[in-house]
Amino acid sequence: MARITLDALAHSYSPNPTGPADYALKQIDYAWEDGGAYALLGPSGCGKTTLLNIISGLLSPSSGRILFDERDVTGLSPERRNIAQVFQFPVIYDTMTVAENLAFPLLNRGVERAEVDKRVSEMLETLDLTTQARRRARGLNADEKQKISLGRGLVRYDVNAILFDEPLTVIDPHMKWQLRTKLKELHEQFAHTMIYVTHDQTEALTFADKVVVMYEGEVVQIGTPEQLFDEPEHTFVGYFIGSPGMNILPGRIEGSTVTVAGRQIDLGRDYPAVEEPIEIGIRPEFVAVREAREAGTSGVPMSVRTVEDIGRYKIVRGEIEGGRLDAVIDESDSVPTSAAAVFDPARINVYRDSHLLRARG
Amino acid sequence: MLELVDVGKQVGGETHIADVSLTLETGSLNILLGPTLAGKTSLMRLMAGLDKPTRGDILMNGESVLGRSVRKRSVAMVYQQFINYPTLTVYENIASPMRIAGRDRGTIESKVREAAELLKLEELLDRTPLNLSGGQQQRTALARALVKEAELVLLDEPLANLDYKLREELREELPRLFARTGAILVYATTEPHEALLLGGKTATMAEGRVTQFGTTIDVYNRPHDLHTAETFADPPLNTAPVRKRGTELRLGDRTLGPAPESLPDGDYTVAIRPHHVSLQPGSIGGLSLPVRVDSTEITGSETFIHVSMGPESWVVLTHGVHRVDKGQDLSIHLDPAQFYLFDADGLLVRSPRRHDEAA
Repeated sequence: MARITLDALAHSYSPNPTGPADYALKQIDYAWEDGGAYALLGPSGCGKTTLLNIISGLLSPSSGRILFDERDVTGLSPERRNIAQVFQFPVIYDTMTVAENLAFPLLNRGVERAEVDKRVSEMLETLDLTTQARRRARGLNADEKQKISLGRGLVRYDVNAILFDEPLTVIDPHMKWQLRTKLKELHEQFAHTMIYVTHDQTEALTFADKVVVMYEGEVVQIGTPEQLFDEPEHTFVGYFIGSPGMNILPGRIEGSTVTVAGRQIDLGRDYPAVEEPIEIGIRPEFVAVREAREAGTSGVPMSVRTVEDIGRYKIVRGEIEGGRLDAVIDESDSVPTSAAAVFDPARINVYRDSHLLRARG
Repeated sequence: MLELVDVGKQVGGETHIADVSLTLETGSLNILLGPTLAGKTSLMRLMAGLDKPTRGDILMNGESVLGRSVRKRSVAMVYQQFINYPTLTVYENIASPMRIAGRDRGTIESKVREAAELLKLEELLDRTPLNLSGGQQQRTALARALVKEAELVLLDEPLANLDYKLREELREELPRLFARTGAILVYATTEPHEALLLGGKTATMAEGRVTQFGTTIDVYNRPHDLHTAETFADPPLNTAPVRKRGTELRLGDRTLGPAPESLPDGDYTVAIRPHHVSLQPGSIGGLSLPVRVDSTEITGSETFIHVSMGPESWVVLTHGVHRVDKGQDLSIHLDPAQFYLFDADGLLVRSPRRHDEAA
């Protein structure tokens, strides 16, 4: 296992990049801690796969270095980096049995037979595949094959890192719950450095200690799931994390008072002076929908467009002065005929030029 | 109106579809929900006329269409893998069904522009599909299905290969787009959450059969059987075998609460959704059970706590962030009013009180 350092790393697919727009991956400096579980999260084209391919050695960066512990591996091929990889689609040998598939990466590395057998039987047990150990992989369904792929990635103890590229995208929802939990258990057990690329926020947030959110070739925030939820540093993160994403509304700030949708709300914390208009961000979870008369002056009149009852909760979509607004309400709550939105002041974030503005400490 | 009457499909010795009877209204949104291999695609292929059923009948507006070839039917289909003509521009891709139908130039021009605007493809009309992102390619395929103005539109996991956020947007737009054409829309998905967000009606599928068909939220709230309840649950449904003796429901040697008097004594399965299991003691009459923590997953706003209760694995879904260690012993709290109860045949005999009243 190793600490992985990205040193002034950048990549352009164009041979003569002339400006930032030519870079699929803009300069990044970061160290991935030994034994950490990281997720790279972002929409397609954000540069997450480019970054993963640079770490694995499939791609050589245009500039900068990549270090495993203190060793510069920038010029090394994937085979010489001693990493394991799991891809979106199963990579297994159809003609081998399940157990042989799991043993292969170990035998390939010259691990002794007794040790191989021990690890293979552990892995079979972990993945609930013991009863299928002697079956040929060919006859298995897609979920089972992907389990074997995961097992092949996880069976070696001596790897510098394990890289996952959308490993659960094609898996059925119920199996996803099981495999996510398995991955987590295996991480706790063996403390491998794991890097997991996905566009699915639930997978990223539940898997990782730290999530790296990428957008247009740039890392926009690296944080724990709570940090990304509570204090997105960029409006893109607010929008991308959470479902529905954060509401972003135009406003102004003066001292501790924000003005939004024609209402003044005291935030109880003091902000640096900003002349120009700002944006406020509030998550749908912290918008209450009340009867306008009861909400009084704290309520913002809201015209409700739709109410989606999705069982566990309801999503209320509507308009207020200044833009669209989503709110999440309890499964047993109903929406009043004359509705007003009430914001929780403690949960309002302030953004200037899309970047989080913090209150004076 | 599309009617499937006792439709079945055997291939070799295997049953792909069995005993499906469904009536899909004009202008309606219908979801086929089930895991991979449940029969969603097989059923869509029968509806489209790409395959012939080995029994039963399929009627469009009262007339059997079994003898009619696909080309003679008014059907559009969009698949999970983006399928476009690689050598044609986006414009020509969208225009293609109208060219085949021999529509005049003016109509084609206006329909392509209109569809491109709705699906945000205006800037891309001169490009070829290979120069587009996955999302743009799928928008092109959807635009082509839209201009066809087919009576029956079949979307087979159309958003599965797209980004999360893009899916959110398209999921909101799609039903509206096709509703304008008055088409019967059929939408296959493996994800319960997606079905709930889409609304409309849902047919849950398992092993080639439709297990239930009704308004989406009703099927979720009042599944007729355990299989349907499990198919329509994400996070997974918590279940445990229980025994009814006299006035009590018992789980092992514990009392789970009073049993409905009308039920005969015997074995049942109790089920409760993860968000109805709490770490805090709740209302009077609530119940607590000892469990051991297997793992926790934190999403930033919620925590999934995976626990073991004897041989049963359950999930507790709580608001906020809760850090609990693996192996820790906890008490979970349940409100028996939130129980589903299924009999030994897996049929629903009781649903949570709120949903009972709504029925």
